[in-house]
Parts: sequence; C-alpha cells; structure tokens
Amino acid sequence: MTLAQLIFLAAAAVTLVAAIMVVTAPRLIHAGLWLILSLAGIAVLFILLDNGFLAVVQVAIYIDAIAILIIIAVMLTRAVMSDADRQINRMGLAAAFASLILLAGLLAMVLQVPAASPAPLVEAEVNLDALGRALVDVDGFILPFEVASVLLVAALVGAILVAMAPARGD
Amino acid sequence: MSDPFVIVGQFIKELLIGLGLEAALTAVLLRIVGAAVLGGLVGAAAILTIWAERKLLARIQDRIGPNRVGPYGLLQSFADVLKLITKEFLIPRGADRYVFIMAPLVVVAGVIGMWAVMPLAPGLVGTEINVGVLYVIAIGAIGTLGIMMAGLSSNNKYALLGAFRTVAQMLSYTVPMLLTLLIPVMLAGSMGMLTIVEAQSSAWFILLAPLAAIIFFISSLAELGRTPFDLQEAESEIVAGFHIEYSGMGFGMFMMAEFVHAFTISALFSVIFLGGWQGPGVEAFPLLGLFYFILKTALIYFVVIWLRGTFPRLRIDQMNAFNWKFITPLALVVFMVTAILDKLAVQADFNRTAVHLGSNAIIVLGTLFILRAHAASQRRRKEVADRPQIQHSEAAGD
Repeated sequence: MTLAQLIFLAAAAVTLVAAIMVVTAPRLIHAGLWLILSLAGIAVLFILLDNGFLAVVQVAIYIDAIAILIIIAVMLTRAVMSDADRQINRMGLAAAFASLILLAGLLAMVLQVPAASPAPLVEAEVNLDALGRALVDVDGFILPFEVASVLLVAALVGAILVAMAPARGD
Repeated sequence: MSDPFVIVGQFIKELLIGLGLEAALTAVLLRIVGAAVLGGLVGAAAILTIWAERKLLARIQDRIGPNRVGPYGLLQSFADVLKLITKEFLIPRGADRYVFIMAPLVVVAGVIGMWAVMPLAPGLVGTEINVGVLYVIAIGAIGTLGIMMAGLSSNNKYALLGAFRTVAQMLSYTVPMLLTLLIPVMLAGSMGMLTIVEAQSSAWFILLAPLAAIIFFISSLAELGRTPFDLQEAESEIVAGFHIEYSGMGFGMFMMAEFVHAFTISALFSVIFLGGWQGPGVEAFPLLGLFYFILKTALIYFVVIWLRGTFPRLRIDQMNAFNWKFITPLALVVFMVTAILDKLAVQADFNRTAVHLGSNAIIVLGTLFILRAHAASQRRRKEVADRPQIQHSEAAGD
C-alpha cells in the first residue's frame, strides 16, 4: 500500500464520518462545523487527484464562503447557545421517504455510467488557461456562466431590497 | 550551488538515505521537516515582532516601552511567552469544550498556512502552486472560522458579539481584497506567487497599480482586525471580544496569530506589490533576496504599526459604509480600467507603466472630485434641513 493510498483512505474515512456527524449532531452549530471538516476532506481528495486548483477552489468557495454563511445563519437563529430540541419531529417519515426517492434517483443515474477504466491521472494536467477560455467561449460554457452571473446579481439586488429601510411616510 | 538551503537539504537527504530509508519516504520526511522549520521560524518571528511593535508604539505615544528585561527590553516577549505557557488554560463552565480548545489552533494554522506559498528568496519557497494567490485567500479565511468558533463556544455574550463583528468585517473586506489581488494576477498573467515575483523584475507592481496596492493594504488591515479596524476586540466596548474567555496559551495563541498575521500581510504585500526578493545583485547571491524580502516586509510592517499608533477605532457603520460605498466601487473601477488598458497597451505597444500610472492618476482625481461634490451636497442638504427647523422653533416660541 502506497502512502497516497493511505492518505486517501484516511481522508475518505474522515469525510464520511464527518458527513454522518453533520446529520446526527444534536446541535446545529456542531453540524455546521462537521460539514466544514467533511468539505475539507473532499479538498484533500482533490489534491490526491493532482488537481490543486479544484482543491483550493473547494476551500475558498465551500469552506470560506458557503460553510461560513451557513454558520452565520445558524448564529442568527434563536437557540444558538443552548442545546437543541429533539432531532426528529413528526415529518420524519416523510423526510425519510423523500430521501429514499432521491437515493433511488441518484443510484439509477450512477449505475448508467459505464464502469470504464479510470482515466490516467498523470496526463490530466490542469489547464487553467483552457478552463478560463471555456468559460467565455461561445461554444463552451458562456451560457451557464452568464446565467449564474445573472442569478447572483438578482440575489444581490433582492438582498438589498429586503434589507432596505422602508420608505418614509408608510 | 550558491544556495545554502539546497546544500543543507541535500545533506539531510543523503544522510537519511545512508541510514537505509527509501528515497520516496525521504522526500516526504524532508517536506515535513521543511514545513516544521518554516512554521516554527514564522511563529518565533512573532516573539520579535511583538517586541518591535511594543517599542515602536511606545515611541509613537512618547513612552519608552519595555526596557527592563534584557538589553532594550529584548527579552520581555520571551518572559511573556514563558508566563503564558505556565498559566492554566481555563475552560469556562457551559463552554463548548472541544470547539473552544480547537479555535486557537485553527486561527494559528490559518495564518501559518499562508507561508507555504510565500517566495522567500530565489529557489527558497515552500511550494509553488499555480493558484498561489487563491490559496492565500482561501487559507487566510480559515482564521475567520477560528474566530467564529472561539466566539460561539465561549458561552459569553461579549465573545459572541466579537464573533458577529468579525464575520461582518472579514466577509465584507474580502471583496475589495480579491478584486485588487486580481490586478497583479492580470499584470503577471499568473496566480503563482513565484511568477508574480519574477514578473516584477523590470517594474514593481506598486508602480503599475498604486491604487490597487493601497486598496489591498487597507482591506488586508481590515482582515487583520488591527486598529483602526479592531472592532472585533474593541477593549472599551466589548472588553476583548472573541478571546475574552481565553487564558494561558489559548490567549497566547490568539495574540501570536494576530502578530504573525500582521507580519504575513506585510510579507504578502511586499511579494505582490514590491517585487518580493527582487533587488540589485540577487542573481549573483540568492541569499541577498532573503534580505531584500525581509527588508521590504519590515518596511510595510512599520507602516502597519504606525497606523495602529495613529488612528482611532472606526464605528461599525463607518467601517461598513467605507467598504461598500467607497472601497468596493473604487476597486471595481480600477479593476475594469486596468483590464481594458492593459490589453490596449500591449496591443498598441505603449509604455505599460506610463499607461497604468496615468489611468490611476485620472481615477484618483475623479474620485477626489466626486468625493468633493458629495461632501458639498451633504453640507448643502444639512443647511437646508437645519433652516426650517430654526424657523419652526421660533414660530413655536411666539
């Protein structure tokens, strides 16, 4: 067993355990912190795949932006400093049903992928230049890129509207 | 061959292989040793910078500063560190135990992690990755996470307030910081730190992008949480903010992280805008590069301390308004102008430095003009708003 395999096993184990803790931790804030550990484990997996760019982006976007925003949202809830309520409420059965359907759908999708031989990792050097060009290429991903930008601008404008003080004279 | 660090590395490598270790394992071990040495040196540098900062602040405030322990008080910080290590690390009742213990570790790790990609001298860099700038931002924000963990787990309302303030400040100032970091990336054509340093062999980026440098400096001061942006630990308002409940080395690690962070920001500025180890005679003697790097870093660090000794603390609304209404729009304008002009200058074969300096000067003049007009309109509005009030009170007095 090589060192890389050992690191892979350790990172995968940490990722999975942390992911389970996210849904079982009794306190919301702990769930958020476990989520960060799980995301960090995925960043390690990206590094093992020789893709430093995706690893850094994983940390920058998922941990620094999304996970911290989740924790802020948790901080703004009422019961942030106290122990949580019961974790299972009367919608538990419905939630289990919904997640089973999701699992079935995902499995059906994954099973359709042919079990091809793994791509050679050594040649897959990350070409940032090509990635950047593909994002603004008409034949590439310009439409999803622009749609995402418009979505973000809409979110910004919406946040300003929500936060704006009501007009005087109301 | 003139590089002593490579020689030392070779020596240890051959020693380990001679002891019967595998070459691959030796490479890994060397990496670990290198990381430990770099991290340890950066942490130890904090002891010296604390002394320098206390001494300089004292001079600015017309005091003498530490002068009893050792010559010029040089050993004062060592005594402080010893005291902090021997003190008990208290965990308050009701605190979130593990999160509370982990928070200072996360903060220190985030700061020291930035040094992994810092080019210290030619051939002396922890590791060169092609997304170095992005890495620095990503790792730097881990410190925010640590501060939030400290504030949340302390079971103390002041700590929680400090954490809230930290998050508001750090998240908002990351925006102009990222925007201005994109400018040197554009000028160098790479996100790798080494490439950015090498691209500055003819002209430092502070000449090409002075406005970006200033905005980056201000926003990194805010990320740092130093005066004038030290709202997160404002002593006179929320006592000590997020680290109020920490004692002993827990507190010591927060302090160390803050000082190392200040030093790191200075190093980052000197790498990205002041050419890092670039200087006369570096090609012949690579070690001279380390000297230039430390010299430039110390210069910027002096400015950081100078600002700390000069400015009062901002109010939280001033801090937010300054970011969202002034710095961020300005950074956006500078970014767009630089992006367009850089392409045009290369195509039309103009002098790049002159084009960028000129555009920056025009932006500065425009900004000053807009600010002046804005202030004038504010004054006029205030006068108008004041006038009828006086008449009203006179009418009421009749």
